[in-house]
Amino acid sequence: MPLELIDAGVRESADEQEYLWTLNFGPQHPATHTTLRLILTLDGETIVKAVCDIGYLHSGFEKLGEDLDYNQYVTIVDRMNYISPIANEISWHHAVEKLFDINLTPRCVYIRTIFAELARIQDHLLNVGAAALDLGAFTAFLYAFAQREKIYDICERASGQRFHPSYTRVGGLMHDVDDEWIRLVRDFVRDFPKTHNDVTRLLNRNRIFIERTKDIGVLSKEDAINLSCTGPIARASGVVRDLRKDEPYLAYRDLDFKVVCAQAGDSLARYLVRMEEMLESLKLVQQCIENLPSGPINVDVDSKLVLPDQLSTYRSIEGLIQHFELWMTNRKWNPPVEEVYGATETANGELGFYVVSDGTGVPYRARTRPPSYIHFAIFPYLIAGHQLSDIVAVLGSLNIIAAELDR
Amino acid sequence: MDHTQTLTRVTDRFGAGRFATSEFRDNFRLLANPADLFELLTFLKEVCGFDMLAELTAVDYLRYPNAKDRFGVVYGLLNTQSGERLYVRTFLNEPDLELPSAFTLWKGADWLEREVYDMYGITFAGHPDLRRILLPEEFTAHPLRKDYPLRGRGERHNFPVIARADG
Repeated sequence: MPLELIDAGVRESADEQEYLWTLNFGPQHPATHTTLRLILTLDGETIVKAVCDIGYLHSGFEKLGEDLDYNQYVTIVDRMNYISPIANEISWHHAVEKLFDINLTPRCVYIRTIFAELARIQDHLLNVGAAALDLGAFTAFLYAFAQREKIYDICERASGQRFHPSYTRVGGLMHDVDDEWIRLVRDFVRDFPKTHNDVTRLLNRNRIFIERTKDIGVLSKEDAINLSCTGPIARASGVVRDLRKDEPYLAYRDLDFKVVCAQAGDSLARYLVRMEEMLESLKLVQQCIENLPSGPINVDVDSKLVLPDQLSTYRSIEGLIQHFELWMTNRKWNPPVEEVYGATETANGELGFYVVSDGTGVPYRARTRPPSYIHFAIFPYLIAGHQLSDIVAVLGSLNIIAAELDR
Repeated sequence: MDHTQTLTRVTDRFGAGRFATSEFRDNFRLLANPADLFELLTFLKEVCGFDMLAELTAVDYLRYPNAKDRFGVVYGLLNTQSGERLYVRTFLNEPDLELPSAFTLWKGADWLEREVYDMYGITFAGHPDLRRILLPEEFTAHPLRKDYPLRGRGERHNFPVIARADG
């Protein structure tokens, strides 16, 4: 190009749009971890505007929920937030049991609480590990995964499946836990603080990690509330809300724990809140496992809500009839013709289900309120004005699970 | 949770009996006409302190026992100070499937309204960017409606197949 064509005067008078360019980020990108796409408008490396494009993993979970019964759908909700699957099951059956008005047995309540808290640790471990991985700290990710493996073992011991346990049932659990399971949980409670300490020492004073997360993706308290944020993301912005305290369910009323909050609202604060929450969760697991009540795990069979045990199914006519009643497609349960919203505090925030019943054994509508979906909607607000490289820091701190995002 | 204070304020402002109430388990609901909806939501947010839109969803009552209306839309509101939850329900019938958008009140309504539009075809007047969100733009149906079959209408089989030789 001849040099005289480059004229500074012409460039200044050009339309502003000329300097902006568009970059496609995803749907397959190492830092998205899952399938989601961002269309970025950039000024150099500064992000002017981000548009989220989702739906790549949409598989019609809610439509399937209108076809599967109250127990069968648990295998589908498992696959929503697959980082902490058992928390989804607990949340689903929490909403269903609210509809049916079931009071669980103490043993079931405590086992579910242990699993809910282990799921929180499991989720936060991956989130913290992956956020560090994206910012170049590989070791923390490996330490985190070693502990996640222990939690998989605990799930396997209880349910027979590592990844998608499908462990809860209407009015109880698939089956009871054994002494070996209790030993595994105790071992985890004993070993986990060391890993937590290792990760803390790797990241909390790591200059690169802090400089890449501090003051990045700041979410104010007002915005967090206005944008419907819940869970660690809202708490890192100073919203003092935790369903475990505010609307106690399961055994949380009996247990001693703190709600972890921060003021800054940036990526670093979200990381720190998650790290502290893991310790609080571990305290909860320890309290539950040392006070695990004895007794049945299911509500009374006479309520006609739960499957009878194997012995009574095969040896008694009442048990056989009850077993048939719950398996025949035209029988099943008789819930009230009503609708109800029930939510629990999962690792990502408020996971709620809006269950509409038409009186049959299959939900008429099984709506999920997915925290990832709501938290991904805030991404364009957080990222505007930041650099391109900050995308991974912000995405990592939001913990977007695409299977839950798209359902 | 005690809802008397909210209910008193709503009655003082709108008059008694304007909105039917119902309660099931811990869900307390107000039933509003689509025409009154925006005024009620604004009042609940500005005066009663429901600063978070926790949930927004719709239900298709096509095959629901004794249902009079086709669609129901539910707004799950939350007061983050007192922890009070309130559900505002409204019913819609074809062909008038339009509601005012709550985006100006709660920015969190953005994607929630887009999802309801995508799945049920209910439009929200005043929404800044009402496009499909989970399904592709060229999709023609609203799949969570009850008259949409579980296995779809063959959309999955109608994509052009690209063989390796042409690729």
